[in-house]
Amino acid sequence: MTLLLDGVRAATGLIVSGDSEIWSILWLSLQVSGSATLIALLLGVPAGTALALARFPGRGLVVSAVNSGMGLPPVVVGLFVTILLWRSGPLGALEILYTPAAIVVAQAVIAAPIVTGITLAAVQQVPREFRLQLLALGASRVQMIWVVLREARLPMLAAVMAGFGGVISEIGASMMVGGNIKGQTRTLTTAMVLETSKGNFEAAIALSLLLLVLVFLVNWALTSIQQRRAL
Amino acid sequence: MALPVLALANVRVGYGGADVLDVPSLEIAEGEVLAVIGPNGSGKSTLLRVAGLLERPTTGRVSFGGCLVDATHALAERRRMAMVFQQPLLADMTVAENVGLGLAFRGVGADPSEARVSRWLERLNIAPLRDRRARTLSGGEAQRVALARALVVEPDLLLLDEPFAGLDAPSREALLPDLAAILRGDRLTTILVSHDRAEAQALADRVAVLIRGRISQLDETARVFYAPVSEEVARFVGVETIVTGRVLARDGGVTVVEVAGRKLEIAARGRPGDLVRLGIRPEDVTLTLPTEHAPLSSARNHLTGTIRHLVPSAPATRVVVDVGFPLVATVTARSAADLGLAEGLPITAVFKASAAHLIGPAGSAGGSPAGLLDTMTAPEL
Repeated sequence: MTLLLDGVRAATGLIVSGDSEIWSILWLSLQVSGSATLIALLLGVPAGTALALARFPGRGLVVSAVNSGMGLPPVVVGLFVTILLWRSGPLGALEILYTPAAIVVAQAVIAAPIVTGITLAAVQQVPREFRLQLLALGASRVQMIWVVLREARLPMLAAVMAGFGGVISEIGASMMVGGNIKGQTRTLTTAMVLETSKGNFEAAIALSLLLLVLVFLVNWALTSIQQRRAL
Repeated sequence: MALPVLALANVRVGYGGADVLDVPSLEIAEGEVLAVIGPNGSGKSTLLRVAGLLERPTTGRVSFGGCLVDATHALAERRRMAMVFQQPLLADMTVAENVGLGLAFRGVGADPSEARVSRWLERLNIAPLRDRRARTLSGGEAQRVALARALVVEPDLLLLDEPFAGLDAPSREALLPDLAAILRGDRLTTILVSHDRAEAQALADRVAVLIRGRISQLDETARVFYAPVSEEVARFVGVETIVTGRVLARDGGVTVVEVAGRKLEIAARGRPGDLVRLGIRPEDVTLTLPTEHAPLSSARNHLTGTIRHLVPSAPATRVVVDVGFPLVATVTARSAADLGLAEGLPITAVFKASAAHLIGPAGSAGGSPAGLLDTMTAPEL
């Protein structure tokens, strides 16, 4: 117990004193996971919308695949992104393995199905009849989709929260494709694993506190938007 | 005659082999209100979706303003129409933004849009709601918003799909005259789909009765209600007494028909010897106690019988009188009380010769073509 309390006290000291390494790790994590979430939104919102509105043979299979993808194990993603980006791999020429860009790619792969799945559900809960009424008011297909997405904006904020929450706390893929290189690809989670394995609990606790606060702040901000608009 | 605004030709819609709609021909002229009435599941909403270019018929042609249109590429034509549905699904915006949606879709600028939205909010008596969020409205208010958002685009064709069906009685009774005034005042070409014959009577110039996907009768509103062509139509438009009789004689404009041993005088013509089907609307039958004299009544038919059933309901009480055949009458609750109506009570049912109509030819027991022609002239008598 004293170990934990001492650890928290020391960690608070580290954070408050503005330990530059801790803050740069935090900043990198934010940038990487933020970019990955953004890419996932750019891919997942159109994909989820299309899946929600289109009817084609095999649609059930694709929806099941997306839903399974929402639980994609990060280590599996890490493995395949590593192979993809390996020097002799298909995208080896990009030479981005063990850079933050590689982590962004892996995390976007993890977050995209989450965003797609939640968008699909959000758009589907807008009644079919509502879409028909928009068309009957003279909406083109694009205008109709725009209004439907606008209607689904509150549940879709959940897509942002789930996507970001999923990748900021993910470790397997970041470790495998980033390599946990000090000052370059060390994120909150990979640093935490390292510090814990070294027995350096103060630093690990400091990092975990930052991660918790970060996740909380992002969700708090999005939730407050969601709840205000819901009233 | 000018080109019809909308014309359907040989339109058939089938789902999984079964036809839900089969309309050889239907035209709507500029400025008229056509009501399509029929029981639930008769294909009314399908007909309206086809007319609104929201659904492509399995086979057949739809013309709008004289040009053939294909529902899959009909954005320009759809933008000359507007449709209101039973369930007003409004977007999660303010009332004014909702009403402006159709104008935004058509690329109407902010200022002209603003002016038109304001005008229609006024006309539908919802101007005070303008900044309310649409989701907070009552059913009646929401339907007024849905009507405003359709009318604001000033459509060449307005399509109304059961716009009153989801409303409580007070909201409905308030909205009906408001809408009637707008439709008449602006001479808006309108197709109204309804299962409620009272709405059709209040709003329509012509009525089409749709039964099992087919138009059983299409005629001026009064003719459909007073000269239904078949028993099915008659029942749907509220003719409750339908009996078979034999024509005994003709005397001037009056035909004597024997029904279950009683002689009825009717204003429609029939050939002696013919079997005919007769329909009598319950509101055309009045009840008096047999002891009373009715010297002032010009009604030719006075039939005494006993009350079999008494069904009190609002606004009228339904009374089934056994006069040799079951004859249905409606009376106000007050009259029912004043007359002391009760089951088993002897009573005299009175109706005019013009209250009995020939129904034919479909479903009639040998109604002759001549009988049908006579039916068409009956309302004048």
